[in-house]
Amino acid sequence: MPLGVAMLVLLALSWALLGAETQTEVFGLFGVTAVIAVIASRLKFTESLGRVAVEHERAVSIACVVGILILMALFHEDHFPLLLLGSVLLYATACLGLNIQFGYVGIVNFAGASFFGIGAYTTAVLASHTAMPHLLILAAGGVMAALVGCVLLLPVLRTRGHYGALVTIAFATLFRSFLEVNDTLGGPQGLKIPSLQFFGWDLGEGLIFGGVEFSFYANYVFFALLLCMAAYVCVRRVERSWLGVAMDMVRTDEIAASVFGISIARQKIIAFVLGNLLVGIAGAAYGMMTNYIAPNNFTFADSLILVSMLLLGGIGNPLGVFPAAALILILPEKLQFIQEYRFLLYGTVIIFILLFRAQGLLPRGIRRFFPCAENDPRQ
Amino acid sequence: MSLDIFSQYLINCLMLGMIYAMVAVGFTLFFGVLDVIQFAHGDVLMAGGFGALVAYAATQAVGIANSWVQLLLMVVSTTVMTAALGALVARFLVLPLRNAPPLNTLLITLMMGMVLREAVRLVYPNGSNPQPFPSLLPHDAWRVGGLDLRVDSLILLVVGLLLIAGLHLLITRSKLGLAIRAVAQDGETARVMGINFNRIVLLTFGLGSAMGALGGVMRGLYYTEITFDVGLLLGVIGFAAAILGGLGNLYGAILGGFLFAVLQAIGAVALPVLLPDFPSAYKDVFAFTVVIVLIGWKPTGLIAEKTSERV
Repeated sequence: MPLGVAMLVLLALSWALLGAETQTEVFGLFGVTAVIAVIASRLKFTESLGRVAVEHERAVSIACVVGILILMALFHEDHFPLLLLGSVLLYATACLGLNIQFGYVGIVNFAGASFFGIGAYTTAVLASHTAMPHLLILAAGGVMAALVGCVLLLPVLRTRGHYGALVTIAFATLFRSFLEVNDTLGGPQGLKIPSLQFFGWDLGEGLIFGGVEFSFYANYVFFALLLCMAAYVCVRRVERSWLGVAMDMVRTDEIAASVFGISIARQKIIAFVLGNLLVGIAGAAYGMMTNYIAPNNFTFADSLILVSMLLLGGIGNPLGVFPAAALILILPEKLQFIQEYRFLLYGTVIIFILLFRAQGLLPRGIRRFFPCAENDPRQ
Repeated sequence: MSLDIFSQYLINCLMLGMIYAMVAVGFTLFFGVLDVIQFAHGDVLMAGGFGALVAYAATQAVGIANSWVQLLLMVVSTTVMTAALGALVARFLVLPLRNAPPLNTLLITLMMGMVLREAVRLVYPNGSNPQPFPSLLPHDAWRVGGLDLRVDSLILLVVGLLLIAGLHLLITRSKLGLAIRAVAQDGETARVMGINFNRIVLLTFGLGSAMGALGGVMRGLYYTEITFDVGLLLGVIGFAAAILGGLGNLYGAILGGFLFAVLQAIGAVALPVLLPDFPSAYKDVFAFTVVIVLIGWKPTGLIAEKTSERV
């Protein structure tokens, strides 16, 4: 019951936010959200909601998917809100990949946007020069990102902490300047990407479904949703499995993990490759959705934005990346007057989050080894 | 390649190495006392460069025309400003997160860098475009043995060397340096010995930031131009240099700085001569690739930090 109410409220809020056209509306929405949040915490509603959400995880996931489908149906012919929704889903997918790296095994990756870009550029080249089926190209984008990531594996495995951060930061800077000066990849102007096609179905064309016309972005939102669901299920499975337990152990204490016979290198390799694969696939799909990519989309600053999403959502909690990605991507688009001040605002907000709520919006809970509440021996 | 061009490349390379070393020294000092990376460093020194520009405009408005006096005022004001900025970053962003995971400190300072960058871009008039930096040093060239040596480059090189040597003396010979080294070695023991931990940390951050800002002013005087986003690349390069040399080691930072400049020069000049298909625009790609390879070979830097695992 509390779950249903919360989901409806969230749905209404996101619908209003995506549809808001004036800044007054956006600010009004902030006010309403704040009031709801205060009332909810007064009534101890948030606590029971948290408990219920943990108990009925599957219901929460299904409700989220249904909610996104409803949003898609509501905006069926508006390009812009659908594009935003699709970007949120794809960026969230990329963050899910980074979550495996940062959140589970504890390796830092400041080149997220670069791996995203590798996926997108691979798609651009393959889709315009070969006749490969597009689904395969998407996979190739991910594999390419994972392969390039493999080149970095040796330094990533050998270094720790700040030294490890240097490897990915250097790679992000290198990748950006490589794209800028490489003429075959379009140089600073970037490349165009043809739209996605499956078995004769062109996602770049609008479709009519049951007498209602849908924007072509609705196709992409639907596709991004499928991708995102697959990534989420995959990440959750990894977390739940012995692999996830081993990864958590490597993160919390490498020495203890190795004493218990866990291969640190193996966990790190799996996490790094799997994470980059997800980021690359998300990047490939993003490139196809926007039809155009340029080096400026894949700078070090963009990698930082990905990491900020992860941090805002709560590192280690795959559910957290969704509200975080939505907030970080949608708000600047909606508040046109802050467009110019966007990065200033991002920076300030993240600084305050780090100072006062370092665990993020939805912090990761304690691992529950017995998923069913009634079988939990602690109760 | 004629000797003339070679000497120009050599001076350019030395100049860049000096600037990188001055930035890297800051990173290594900060890491020494608190074991953190202060990533806003590059942007602090960019802000210092713009502060120097404001000071220059102020001296012009007051009517001081002597370029040496102007330069002195610029240097003094930018040193004071960046030292204060660095200390503020330490006081309000780095010290409160001492017990948080290192990732948080890295991120908060990265974000601070972004805030500084954007603030300068938005607040400084026409800040999105490159700003001309006054060239206040004499432009004469000395002819030595068939080579043109520009006086301003020589002055900058000598001043840079003196600054680094001065910092070295300060760290190794003075009482303040002793305190900094004590805190770097073991903060708790240093406290027991009666050293004011917070004061030393703030002083170190001020010192490192001021050193970086002087590097920024030198860069401005050398290229007679400054942009709002110069700090990002300088910060990344300085960080790479500090890590390459081995964090917490002054000599390592200097070595790393010059090494990076040499790598860039090789990428820009030597490789295009050897491989005709290699455009010199790939110099950063080349330099960073070598950095990644080197760090894979020596994971704790060329002059390794002495660590022991405490269980």
